[in-house]
Amino acid sequence: MRPSVQRYRNILDFALSSLLRRKGRNLALICVYTLVVFVIASLIFFVQALKREARELLVQAPDMVVQRMVAGRHDPMPVAQAETIRAIRGVEAVQPRLWGYYYDPVYGGNLTVMATDDTALAVESVWVGQGVARSMRVKEGDMISLRGYAGPMLFSIQKVLPEESELVSSDLILMSPQDVRSLFNLSEGLATDLAVQAGNPRELPTIAAKIVEQFPDARPILKSEILRTYEAIFDWRGGLMVVVLSSAILSFIIFAWDKATGLSAEERKEVGILKSIGWESADVLLLKFWEGSVVSLTAFLGGVLLAYVHVFFFSASLFEHALKGWSVLFPRYRLLPALDGYQLAVLFFLTVLPYTAATLVPIWRAATVDPDAAMRS
Amino acid sequence: MIELSRVVKTYQAGLATPFTAVDDVSLRIPAGKVTVLKGPSGSGKTTLLTLIGCMARPTSGRIHLHGLPAGTLPQLTEGDALEITSLPERFLTAIRRRTFGFIFQQFNLVRGISVLENVMLPTYPTGEDHAWVEARAIERLGELGLLRHLHASVDRLSGGEAQRVAIARALINEPAVIIADEPTAHLDSRLSEDFMELMGQFKAAGKTLLITSHDPIVHGSPLADVVVEMRDGRIVAGS
Repeated sequence: MRPSVQRYRNILDFALSSLLRRKGRNLALICVYTLVVFVIASLIFFVQALKREARELLVQAPDMVVQRMVAGRHDPMPVAQAETIRAIRGVEAVQPRLWGYYYDPVYGGNLTVMATDDTALAVESVWVGQGVARSMRVKEGDMISLRGYAGPMLFSIQKVLPEESELVSSDLILMSPQDVRSLFNLSEGLATDLAVQAGNPRELPTIAAKIVEQFPDARPILKSEILRTYEAIFDWRGGLMVVVLSSAILSFIIFAWDKATGLSAEERKEVGILKSIGWESADVLLLKFWEGSVVSLTAFLGGVLLAYVHVFFFSASLFEHALKGWSVLFPRYRLLPALDGYQLAVLFFLTVLPYTAATLVPIWRAATVDPDAAMRS
Repeated sequence: MIELSRVVKTYQAGLATPFTAVDDVSLRIPAGKVTVLKGPSGSGKTTLLTLIGCMARPTSGRIHLHGLPAGTLPQLTEGDALEITSLPERFLTAIRRRTFGFIFQQFNLVRGISVLENVMLPTYPTGEDHAWVEARAIERLGELGLLRHLHASVDRLSGGEAQRVAIARALINEPAVIIADEPTAHLDSRLSEDFMELMGQFKAAGKTLLITSHDPIVHGSPLADVVVEMRDGRIVAGS
C-alpha cells in the first residue's frame, strides 16, 4: 500500500478508536444530529413527493380551464360558449364540466361533487373517494342522503374509488351530470367551467388571449399555472415547517458548537502528545476531520434512512396533518418511494455543512497547539 | 552533535510581562554520550529540551544539528549540519520524528488505548507499512519486558510499566537522540536505577542521550558524560 494511502488509513483507524473511547459523548451527538437530519429529510422528501405526485396527476388534466367571472367571483358559464371557443385556431376539444362543493353539516367539511360522462355510472348512483367512505362509514352498495336544492336526494354507492388516487379523490363524489344539476339546481345551458385541449401547448397563451378578447368575463387558467400553484402551496407549507423547526436546527448548531469548543482538557492534552511525538498540525486536522466525518455521515445516513421509512412507508405520519391539509378529510395514501441526487445534495448542505462550519474553528485551534504543550502539562 | 549558540527563549515577548526561560545559552552536546541538565524547577531545563527537540523555536540564537541521517529532509546528505531555528513547522516535525525520541515526565501516554497502539502512534502519519511497524513495536516491547501487556489498556499499568511503554514509543522511529525530561520524578529508587541501566544500554548502542533531572541517581550516575547545571535560564556550571 502506498505510504500516503496508509497514512490516511492509520489516521482513520485512530479516529475510529478515539470515537469509541468517548462513546457516551459521541452517541449523544449522533442521536441529536440524526434527529435533525431525520426531521429536515422528512420534510424535503415529503414535499418533493407531493409535488411529483401532483405533477403526475396533472398530466391527465386539461391544458386549460375556462371559468366565468362575475364581479370578481366564479359564476356558472353558458355551455354555448364552448362552440365559439372550439372555433379558435389551435383548440382541439372543449368539454363543459360540472362540479361544485357540497357542505356536509355532519362532518363540518366540504366534499367535492363532480359529474362524469362515464356510462358505467348509473343515475342516482355515486362513486365516492376513500375519505368520504371512511368518514361516512359507508361501503359499496350502501345508500347516502345528500341535501339537494329540492330536498333530500338518495344515492346508492356503486363504487369506492381506489386508494392509489386518494391524494386527489379523498373527498370526491362522482355522479351523473343530471344528478349534479338536480343537486345544485344548475340549469341545462350552464356548466361550472370549460376544459380546453390544445393541439400545441405552446399556443395556449395565444388561445387564452383570444378567449379573453371574445369573452371579457372569461378567466382562462393554464395547467402550468395550476402546477405552479400546487408547488407554491407545498413549498409554502414545507417552508412554514422549516421556520417552526429552525429553532430546533439552531439548537443543534449551538449543541454542536458547544461539543466541539468544549474539547476536554484530556483531548487537548492528547493533541499536545500527538504533536510532540511527531504529528503535524495537518495530521491532527485530518484526525479531527475523520472524527467529524464519521459523526456527520453516520447521522446523515441514519437520518435519511429513517426519513425514507417515515415518509414512504408510514406516509410521514408525524407531519401529515400540517402538510397535507385536506380541510377535514385527510387522505390516506402511500407516496411512491423515490429519491434524487439534488434533494440529497440539498439535505447534505443543510445539515452537514452547518455542523462542519460550527466545528471547524475550534478544531483548528486545537490542532495548532504548540507541541511543547505536552512537556508542560 | 548538537550545538547551541547564544540561545534565548522569551515567552510573551513584546507584552507587558515577558518571561525569559532560557537566557543566552551556548552548549555542545556530543553525539553518542549522555548529557544531563540539572537544576532546580524553573531553571529552564525543560524549555531548553523543547528547543533542542524542535518543539519550539528560540527567540534568538542558533541551534545546529550535525550528522543527521540522509533523507531526514529533502536534499539533505549524510553528515550535513542543519540550522533548525528558522525551519517551517513541517520540517521541524520531520526532524523531530526521525531524529528524536521523547520520554516525558508524566509519560504522556494516550489513555484508553492499548500499549501496542500507544507505541505505534508516532508512526501513523509516516504511512509506514502497518504490519512492519507492529512487528517493530512488539520487538521493542519485548526488549522492555512488556509482551504480556501488549493488548492491555495503558490505564492499568504501574508507573514503571507506563514509563517503559513511553520508552518503547520513543524508540519506535529508531531515533539517534533520546530526550528524557525528569524521567525518574515518579519512580522509586529501584525503578530509577533500572531506568539508568536501560539508558546505559542505549548509550552502548550508540545513541545520544539528553536527560534533565535533579535526581542524584541520574546526574550522579557514572553514565553521565556531561553534566550541565542551570539556574534562572542560564548555565552556571559544566558547559
